[in-house]
Amino acid sequence: MKLNFRLIIFALAILFGVAFSAPSLLQLDKGAKITLGLDLQGGLHMLLGVKTEEALKSRLKSVAASIKHFSDRNDILIEDLAASEEQVRFSLLDSDDAKAMDEMLGKIEGLTLRKEGEVYALGFGEEAVAALKNKAIEQAIETIRNRLDQFGLAEPTVARQGEEKILVELPGIKSAADEQRARELISRAAKLELMAVDEERAMRVYQMSPAEAAQFGDLILDDAEREGVKHLVREIPILDGAMLTDASVGFNQNNEPIINFSLNSEGAQIFGDFTGRNVGKRLAVVLDGKVMSDPVINERIGGGAGQISGRYTVASANDLAIALRSGALLAPIEMLEKRSVGPSLGADSIQASLVALVGGFVLVMGFMIVYYRAAGVIANIALVVNLFLILAVMALFGATLTLPGMAGIVLTVGMAVDANVIITERIRELLREGSTIHKAIEEGYANAMRAILDANITTLIAAVVLYVYGSGAVKGFAITISIGILASMLTAILGTHGIYEMIESKIQQRKNVGFWFGVSKGA
Amino acid sequence: MELFKQSGMIDFMGRSKLAAAISLLVVVLSVVLIVTRGLNYGVDFSGGTIVQVKYETVAPIAQIRQQLAVHPLFADASVTEFGSSEEVIIRLGGSSGSIESDIGDEAAKVLQGSGAFEIRRVDMVGPKVGGELREKGLMALLLAILGILIYVTFRFEWRFSVASVLALVHDLTISVGALALFQIPVNLDVLAALLTILGYSLNDTIIVFDRIREGVTQLKTAVLSETINDSVTRTLSRTTLTSMTTLLVVVMLYLFGGEIINAFAFTLLVGIVVGTYSSIFVASPILLYLGFDVKAYRARIAEKAKQAAERERMRAQFEQGTL
Repeated sequence: MKLNFRLIIFALAILFGVAFSAPSLLQLDKGAKITLGLDLQGGLHMLLGVKTEEALKSRLKSVAASIKHFSDRNDILIEDLAASEEQVRFSLLDSDDAKAMDEMLGKIEGLTLRKEGEVYALGFGEEAVAALKNKAIEQAIETIRNRLDQFGLAEPTVARQGEEKILVELPGIKSAADEQRARELISRAAKLELMAVDEERAMRVYQMSPAEAAQFGDLILDDAEREGVKHLVREIPILDGAMLTDASVGFNQNNEPIINFSLNSEGAQIFGDFTGRNVGKRLAVVLDGKVMSDPVINERIGGGAGQISGRYTVASANDLAIALRSGALLAPIEMLEKRSVGPSLGADSIQASLVALVGGFVLVMGFMIVYYRAAGVIANIALVVNLFLILAVMALFGATLTLPGMAGIVLTVGMAVDANVIITERIRELLREGSTIHKAIEEGYANAMRAILDANITTLIAAVVLYVYGSGAVKGFAITISIGILASMLTAILGTHGIYEMIESKIQQRKNVGFWFGVSKGA
Repeated sequence: MELFKQSGMIDFMGRSKLAAAISLLVVVLSVVLIVTRGLNYGVDFSGGTIVQVKYETVAPIAQIRQQLAVHPLFADASVTEFGSSEEVIIRLGGSSGSIESDIGDEAAKVLQGSGAFEIRRVDMVGPKVGGELREKGLMALLLAILGILIYVTFRFEWRFSVASVLALVHDLTISVGALALFQIPVNLDVLAALLTILGYSLNDTIIVFDRIREGVTQLKTAVLSETINDSVTRTLSRTTLTSMTTLLVVVMLYLFGGEIINAFAFTLLVGIVVGTYSSIFVASPILLYLGFDVKAYRARIAEKAKQAAERERMRAQFEQGTL
């Protein structure tokens, strides 16, 4: 028996493997652990898309709103103010006001201005549009993260995927009702707008088509609660939720939940100005394109506080307040991909894959011992160490174990011993040809090395490609199989070689190659 | 224990015509199957929705179909048993881009009254993502083949790499043919299995090629077919045994791994069997057909050795000169 450098490295690998896989295997509180994928622990996985073109539209609308407010406040006469998909147009009636107007517009970043006589056409340049869209996505990620944090779910993941997609993973979801609430919270635009009711034409709203309304610069909106009730409001809002500073649940005199909101100073000023000018008219509180209420303005409202009433439960009012507080989504989001797995299915999957793992393990180990005797036992030691190493490396890097990942581990069990099969077959071959034991082992390893390396590298190429192009749970397969292959080079080649070196004198003493390699000499 | 105690040489190349005929037949059959029956693309690639429902007792499939048929959303739904008689998979071609409304919830509503059940899994893939995944999947296969081609050319010689890639294409075609034959749903996991087959079936081929390369330089004979026979015979135990250990675990996965990875395990099962066969009977004969020239290869090796020796001599001289 003698120590050698291979054995020392192998011993270190064993130590490393056991130490770092222990927290995951024994479920210790301390240490890095492997996280289970959503397909194994249950949960909700969503890939969301952001309708960025809507962000541009609403930006244009808010530009229009500021023009309206600016001209009202400074007594600048404009006409035909309209926001379309790509631009805002209006005509300036008095050219003396052009300087003030241009100055105001110059303060809006990225705005391009074209003037044809008194007609102004405003739009955004390519770069500004790209920046706007990018901002919409980033803002959506931020907003969704905020909302989920306040919702109180364990470890939500919200991350940008690719250029314009958002990955949301919620491992904590345990019931359909939870899932429903989480989805509603995420998707809620929470876009609050205060709009002026067009009192002149409000009576005719039921006879009016949307196109006709648009001619007057109006919009027809549904009532949030009363089916069939419609409201005619001015298209350009007085102000929107961007100026909101807080929202919380309160109760009205009938003890029904309502939402109180407050505006920042700019919003409060606009709100105060508007209400002061429009006493006796109605103001529509519009949430996500539906009219929540349209109270009559009794007097100028200063201080910038308002409320939203509706048929809320405490829970739904609370969710809405969270959504309002965390800000509106600049652009609506849509579901591109959704995978939800119930916890019971995840548990079933864990169990099934464990059965396959243990079964495969026992079969392969049994086969190796029966076929190769002592050499098989040595290969099996390497195989066990290999398993520990896979778990240890995964834990260390915080990798996620998915169902295909489990399959990858099972497959590694079958593939890791391949190296030992190749080596032992080489050794046997040399023994049959009459080599000494020392020469058979050394040359066996040397000759087998090339083939094993080539074989492993090609499998790695496929695994790496899979990791880059695969998505979701399948990535987990690429991870476990890659780690397994790399670890097998350490255990199945280096480790077993070290063991042979250590016990070589023993093998020499008992020249029973049938016992050591399961081969009848000189056949 | 020894299963392969062949002392003589087995004449594999003598049977290469028969093997070629069988391979060609199966490959053509596979292509015909793929074209006529088509692949059963799962939701990952075609887009759509699946809802996995587990009942407490045997799932009343007829009643489920009846109840679904009434609802417009589920008009095109197909209902199949999944793994056990208690579980069913409802598959729809459509998906919903809306986040609030959910097909799983809808399904739960529609199935109300068909017994005690639990919705265990909802997978919905929108058309945009499905198309993207399909594109990426194809790209992955092509890139993997390309990467392997480059690697084998680098390690061996171009004929070896063409032969190994043709063998891979052979294996993939037959594996995909089997998917078409049994209408196995093709999802991302099946793609992973196909990529694994790519890497794995090449392992066996490489073991054989490695031996042929060794044989070319070391054996006395300059006849390639004899070298191949010798090498394949000598590596036969390795090729089959390595496949066997892997096959053992894949069978375990197939039998016990659960319904969700069944398609994955099935694809691997077919691929590993075909891959082992092809490394013995397909890859090596192609080397023969491509006209690999033993003498030329030896000459090149000798030339390289000579050059190396020359360099060594020059360096020795140089070093002596400076001493």
